[in-house]
Amino acid sequence: MKLNGKIPPGPLADKWTRYKAECAIVAPHNKRKLDIIVVGTGLAGASAAASLAELGYNVKAFTFHDSPRRAHSIAAQGGINAAKNYANDGDSVYRLFYDTIKGGDYRAREANVHRLAEVSVDIIDQCVAQGVPFAREYGGLLETRSFGGVQVSRTFYARGQTGQQLLIGAYQALSRQIHYGRVEMYNRHEMLDVVLIDGKARGIIARNLVTGKLERFGAHAVVLATGGYGNVFYLSTNAMNCNVTAAWRAVRKGALMANPCYTQIHPTCIPVSGDYQSKLTLMSESLRNDGRVWVPRLTEDVMAIREGRKKPTEIPEQDRDYYLERRYPAFGNLVPRDVASRAAKVACDEGHGVSRSGLAVYLDFASAIERYGRSKAHAMGLDQPDRETITRLGEAVVNEKYGNLFEMYEKITGDNPYKTPMMIFPAVHYTMGGLWVDYNLETNIPGLFALGEANFSDHGANRLGASALMQGLADGYFVLPYTIGTFLAGEIKSPSIDTSREEFRQAESEVQERIDRLLNIRGSQSVESFHRRLGLAMWDYCGMARHADGLAKARTIIRELREEFYRDVFVPGTAQEYNPELEKAQRVADFLELGELMVVDALQRKESCGGHFREEYQTPDGEALRNDQDFTYVAAWEWTNTDIEPVLHKEDLVFENVELKTRSYA
Amino acid sequence: MKLTLKIWRQKSPADKGGFQTYQVEANEHMSFLEMLDVLNEELVRRKEEPVAFEHDCREGICGTCSMVIDGQPHGPQAATTACQLHMRHYREGETIVIEPFRARAFPVIKDLVVDRSAFDRIIQAGGYISVNTGQAPDGNSLPVEKDKASLAFEAAACIGCGACVAACPNASAMLFVSAKVSHLGLLPQGEVEADARALQMVRQMDAEGFGRCSNVTACEAECPKQISVENIARLNRAYYRAAIQSDKVV
Repeated sequence: MKLNGKIPPGPLADKWTRYKAECAIVAPHNKRKLDIIVVGTGLAGASAAASLAELGYNVKAFTFHDSPRRAHSIAAQGGINAAKNYANDGDSVYRLFYDTIKGGDYRAREANVHRLAEVSVDIIDQCVAQGVPFAREYGGLLETRSFGGVQVSRTFYARGQTGQQLLIGAYQALSRQIHYGRVEMYNRHEMLDVVLIDGKARGIIARNLVTGKLERFGAHAVVLATGGYGNVFYLSTNAMNCNVTAAWRAVRKGALMANPCYTQIHPTCIPVSGDYQSKLTLMSESLRNDGRVWVPRLTEDVMAIREGRKKPTEIPEQDRDYYLERRYPAFGNLVPRDVASRAAKVACDEGHGVSRSGLAVYLDFASAIERYGRSKAHAMGLDQPDRETITRLGEAVVNEKYGNLFEMYEKITGDNPYKTPMMIFPAVHYTMGGLWVDYNLETNIPGLFALGEANFSDHGANRLGASALMQGLADGYFVLPYTIGTFLAGEIKSPSIDTSREEFRQAESEVQERIDRLLNIRGSQSVESFHRRLGLAMWDYCGMARHADGLAKARTIIRELREEFYRDVFVPGTAQEYNPELEKAQRVADFLELGELMVVDALQRKESCGGHFREEYQTPDGEALRNDQDFTYVAAWEWTNTDIEPVLHKEDLVFENVELKTRSYA
Repeated sequence: MKLTLKIWRQKSPADKGGFQTYQVEANEHMSFLEMLDVLNEELVRRKEEPVAFEHDCREGICGTCSMVIDGQPHGPQAATTACQLHMRHYREGETIVIEPFRARAFPVIKDLVVDRSAFDRIIQAGGYISVNTGQAPDGNSLPVEKDKASLAFEAAACIGCGACVAACPNASAMLFVSAKVSHLGLLPQGEVEADARALQMVRQMDAEGFGRCSNVTACEAECPKQISVENIARLNRAYYRAAIQSDKVV
């Protein structure tokens, strides 16, 4: 299969403008005759569904949640990037583009990333107009802050709840279209298959999660905005119900999965506390604006802390190793996530980890509290403020910036981060890989589109902070509404899709068979226990560091686990009722296939880049060693049948504007 | 720690339902929902049906979890969703009673799972600013006073969980509705539609079968996001102004 990215001709900065001027469009009277299914109502799905409906298409939107407002985008904390240059600090569309390409370790498409940077500015305008309460300066104008991997202040935010506020904005836009009858909303419906007719995506099979009934829905095009697959690791910062099923069902129908091994391990999460644990909690990257990461330099201090004989506040400055500031002076604590995570792993591997398990480092706000406190005291005209006053004033400033995160930390750990440094450790957070799409965000299946985290498109091998929200909304508000026209312009004579056709009947019966199979095993082990074991294998062998031997071992483990799952899993209840265990079983079944493909992808990529770190390929300083000669390509996998080897299709990445360099943040 | 759980079990909306008692072994580091996970694992092991409860982000932000713990929506800890409640607040041998949110407008689907789609329909009735994609002026073209922006933000922090309804003796949704009316009405972008919004959202709230507000303020006390009842006062002002002064008919 020859992959065509369909990148428009012309200079980089003109591509999107020219594309918009020249692309096929559908006239208003024809839009009314065309149906579009949007699966998922997070930032990408809700913004797409609302925007497409505003244009006049008939939209059917689906979510497995009880309400579209619950999508996991809601949990994003820190912010959203945009090249507004409101800070007057030298930002521009090109700089955002360049930072994103470099941050992604030169494994993303130039044209897609440039378009993302271009539309970033429109997103902020749109969200403000919807009533998103972004942080503001005293003059009433929008405030920004910095995120990792950049040297400008371009991140817009709403305290530590930016994702929530942006999602509510998109949800309200969607609700408005539901009110007008332009979107038919299906809550508590989970997509379990995509239906192809003559090679085109023409509908889905969804299960009504309340009644258990399988339902058929037809449309001229299907849009998947179904998020990432980080929960393949069991423990991650993803919400409990995030899953790969919608995307994976598309893969099993012939869609290609691109770069599945590119996963993002976020450096600042609350460490694992026990084996009952169900998920991990992120502490926003924005905290690295003010928090300093360190570990004790001396082994005796490490031991004293682990045994509870010493407190971190008792370690003098000269005995602390602020290792990010030491190793990467130019970016300091704000190096990109992959770099920060690996550095934490190195510190812990070398025996400096501070929790009982040895798997934690400190994120310390003491110097920020002092700095802000002094500044505030000065502004209040206090000449010689005492330490207590400085601390009180400084804590108030920190509370204003990060209050909800500090509260969340205290609720989970029982420690007060104003008084003692946070303990943090890297955890699975985001997946850069996803369904392969061309410039139109269309998969290799005509009429099947993928948006947001569900596609592989913009972040290369590592995503920069505050760029997920940007990409989700870019895809939904400003890209898909144009690009879907290139497909639908050819469909204006197609009548509405008849769901009584054989293709729908066949797809429905396949779904029914999969459900029956799971319910009829009646084995002895819970779905959860299989998911945990899969997650452990993925984390141990396909996590922060990977090695050919470990990956080969992981593949064997996963295949055996899959075999055991279909022999011994126990799924209680029936298919004709509200049955969360059955939902979970189907999702874990798909993770058991995806996990293997991730390992296969990690094995073939014999280089280190971004979130993919192969221990065999590193510099003497332990930095990632890319191999541009042999691996400057997108690995898109075909895997319609687990009985045969996955087939690799390569899309070469062509860099016409950016020179490939070794990424340096030192 | 050994705990006794009395949990509401109800097979389906039509089923009468009732409490069942379970023993569970928990530890102090677990979250409340992880303690329920342990119970469910045990039930699955015994080939019994696990307790259905809704949850997703487990970070206190998605608003999915919806249970009443010992008579309080989301449990005893202030400003905390059930998923952020930790077992270190419980002692060996305690008995914990767990029920679904109860309100006529939130019918039970199964066990602890209720249908809160009435909230969606209230938002659909007018809880938005009417702006199509692409119509927006520059984000900085309209300055917003910092204090007003902060108030709007505090109202916008609502996670739509429905604890306010579950806490209210009248099962009123006034705190939820007022949070949205305040969030949008306090911003210059949302002022344009303020009258119609207040009238339409209140009308939908009534149609869904929520009760009237009688100033009990239990909603504020139980709200995991500490949404203030000042928003209700603001909604009342907006509603009366719209009802008396405006020529809007809804």
